[in-house]
Amino acid sequence: MEKVLMINYQKCTGCRLCELVCSVMHDGVSNPARSRIKVMKWEAEGLYVPMSCQQCEDAPCMNVCPVKAISRDEDLGFLTVDYDICIGCRSCVAVCPFGAMNYNIIDKKVFKCDLCGGDPQCVRFCEVKAIEYVDADRVSNYKKKDAAERLSAAQKEGAALQAAM
Amino acid sequence: MALNRKIAYIDLSTGDIEIKPIPLEVRKKFLGGRGLDAYLLLNHTEKGCDPLGPGNALIISAGILTATCASATARAHFMAKSPLTNLLGSANMGGFFAPELAWAGFHHLVIKGKAEKPVYIWIHNGEIEIRDAGQIWGKTTTDTQWAIRDELGDEDIKSAVIGPAGENLVTFANIMTGIKNSAGRTGMGCVMGSKNLKAVAVRGTMDIEIAHPVEALEYNKQFIDQITSAKVNQTQGTLGTPFIWGATNSWGGVRTRNFQYNQCEDADDIEPERIDEVCEETMGPYHMTGCFACQVHCRAQYKVPSGPLAGKYDEGPEYTSLGAFGGEPDCKNAETVFAGNHLVDQYGVDNLEIGSMISWAMELYELGILTNKDTDGLDLKFGNDEALLEMVERICFRKGWLGDTLADGGLPAAEKIGKNSFDYLIQVKGMNNLHSDERGTPALALNIATASRGSDHLRSRPAIDLYHLPEKVLRKIYSNPIPYDGPLSSEHTDYEGKAWEVYWQENCYMAVDCLGICKYHTVFLGATLPNFEDWPKVLYYNTGLEMSPEEIWDIAERCNNLERLFNLREGLKRDDLKKGDTLNHRYFDEPCRRGAPDIIGMSIDRKKFNKMLDEFYEHHNWDKNGVPTPKTLKRLGLDQEPSHLV
Repeated sequence: MEKVLMINYQKCTGCRLCELVCSVMHDGVSNPARSRIKVMKWEAEGLYVPMSCQQCEDAPCMNVCPVKAISRDEDLGFLTVDYDICIGCRSCVAVCPFGAMNYNIIDKKVFKCDLCGGDPQCVRFCEVKAIEYVDADRVSNYKKKDAAERLSAAQKEGAALQAAM
Repeated sequence: MALNRKIAYIDLSTGDIEIKPIPLEVRKKFLGGRGLDAYLLLNHTEKGCDPLGPGNALIISAGILTATCASATARAHFMAKSPLTNLLGSANMGGFFAPELAWAGFHHLVIKGKAEKPVYIWIHNGEIEIRDAGQIWGKTTTDTQWAIRDELGDEDIKSAVIGPAGENLVTFANIMTGIKNSAGRTGMGCVMGSKNLKAVAVRGTMDIEIAHPVEALEYNKQFIDQITSAKVNQTQGTLGTPFIWGATNSWGGVRTRNFQYNQCEDADDIEPERIDEVCEETMGPYHMTGCFACQVHCRAQYKVPSGPLAGKYDEGPEYTSLGAFGGEPDCKNAETVFAGNHLVDQYGVDNLEIGSMISWAMELYELGILTNKDTDGLDLKFGNDEALLEMVERICFRKGWLGDTLADGGLPAAEKIGKNSFDYLIQVKGMNNLHSDERGTPALALNIATASRGSDHLRSRPAIDLYHLPEKVLRKIYSNPIPYDGPLSSEHTDYEGKAWEVYWQENCYMAVDCLGICKYHTVFLGATLPNFEDWPKVLYYNTGLEMSPEEIWDIAERCNNLERLFNLREGLKRDDLKKGDTLNHRYFDEPCRRGAPDIIGMSIDRKKFNKMLDEFYEHHNWDKNGVPTPKTLKRLGLDQEPSHLV
């Protein structure tokens, strides 16, 4: 079964350690501009949402690439850029609906999440588990559980109200 | 490389900007952050300079490890001569400003002069520009940050800014970034205001090469596990620092009613669990946030639950806001704490100092030293929430005689108010104490009396003294990295061996401030947290700098001596009640009246305190007046100061 990054943004504290370890892991430097993951912030509201590649099935980046430089890794299922073929036209950056295909102005290359070869460092370092690496079919599970909890709480509240009437 | 980050000298009078590298020999002597700031301050200001004049230097820095692959290195440091104390001004802040400064190519800024009109400094990938701040002047701390982002068209810009309090030269105005992060103490925002400097805005995308990236990454994981496994940090990450206030209050170690009492009774509405409830009600179950790359996440998010400010978003309230707007003025309403915390964050003022100043005024009012005429009719009694919040406004905007007077800081205000008002000002070196009571804990009393920036808990507090750790554990901590075989006591009420603990912690805190690490990641609150033996590895993997624990200790000691030299130059005298290493008479003369059996009736024994102070000086190899001996200065390589290496 393929595994994917599951992001529960509500848990994110906004610390951006994921951005730091991503750039260190891939490039040996600290620089969020090189990070494959980025925490989008609405600081005035206290809202933080980590954004990364969804590894789409029908991937726009792969479809749009004029030289077929983007392909899917057979073992782990992530989309990968072959820099020997890539011409740096940034069409993939333009079409990605999540902004997850990045462009690095220092090396003049597009870059994206490669799941760190199966041991995503963003997941490893996120103590609050805002990012987890799970089987693709489990992604909606925590939402089901949250919703179920709300349902059950509402039912209990309703019953209590009825009893009080 | 972290080591290739530069230093910039910015003269706001002339507009001149000079950028220089930081020589390796300077790194080896002072590392970076607060330590190098102290060197720069001593070298770039004249004796007796006016804190609000163009001759004062405002120094802004990141730690040497900031934005490397080391956890919780978000700290920015600010230094200048303090307009509050006329001695060392020094304040430290978390958030996301310092890493951005490092990615923009800089570790230290030395800002001198005074701009003719309001300006802000814009730093972007190695370039520095002084820009007009006419449109931004007058804005709150957050509006200032958003306005700069709008103007420059980049929402990733991080700014260190002042609010109205800094503009109005309130001597305890702070510098802020984000919603809550503050360089709170000693009036660094007032220095910015005096230079017509509204903000320093930074943005950087320059690589910081990690010397040994694979090892740095692995070691960081180990470091984080060590930090998050400590119970104290798990609790910090759930309840934030209010948990410390709550625990200390239940024992009897907080200040209330301007130090008349050491425990706030019937404080259910401001207990940490209640504060957490409001945060959860207004922000949901996940309402903790943190600074850059930190896994402790000690800061809560909330919206003011009710009252005129209902619905306003903010972060905190931390220990100090609970003290300032809860315990100390004896107000005890969650709404007041949340509202007061929001006001100080927006206006940019030190919550600790303003809370203490207002509580001092409340006691003076109840004693009749301040009258209705002085307060313009405000009923400034303890427990009057409305009067408390009104005074925050009056001080920040210097409204009315009392607001204007208190905005000058404790010592000038005491002179203006006259009578015996000074006796009730709970301060050291002109700065008010944390809202805690140290009468039952001699070690902590010595810490606040000798802290280099005036009464303070973040310069040398042996807070772990309260845990009654076995002597074996204390021995392990306190006899490394240099040997110590003198007395150590697990009993917090003892005087024996405490001078060594304070001396050791002073070096420990200086070391983390040079590295740029948060104090929750060292033995401040947890005995198992990293200290000298752990830092050489993190320093080596990230910067390539090879240093032993002893060498880091030596640097810390050197930098503490630099701060001492600055204070002595500016008039520190051992027993001077306004500029010395001593405490308000209440510590000695008025025993604690509330709390647990081990604290009721406690006060500091003056004779034993003086002996402890003598020992503290001896550990430093200072003379009996607290002056470093020529031999000590020579050993530390400080006998030629100012030496103008940078």
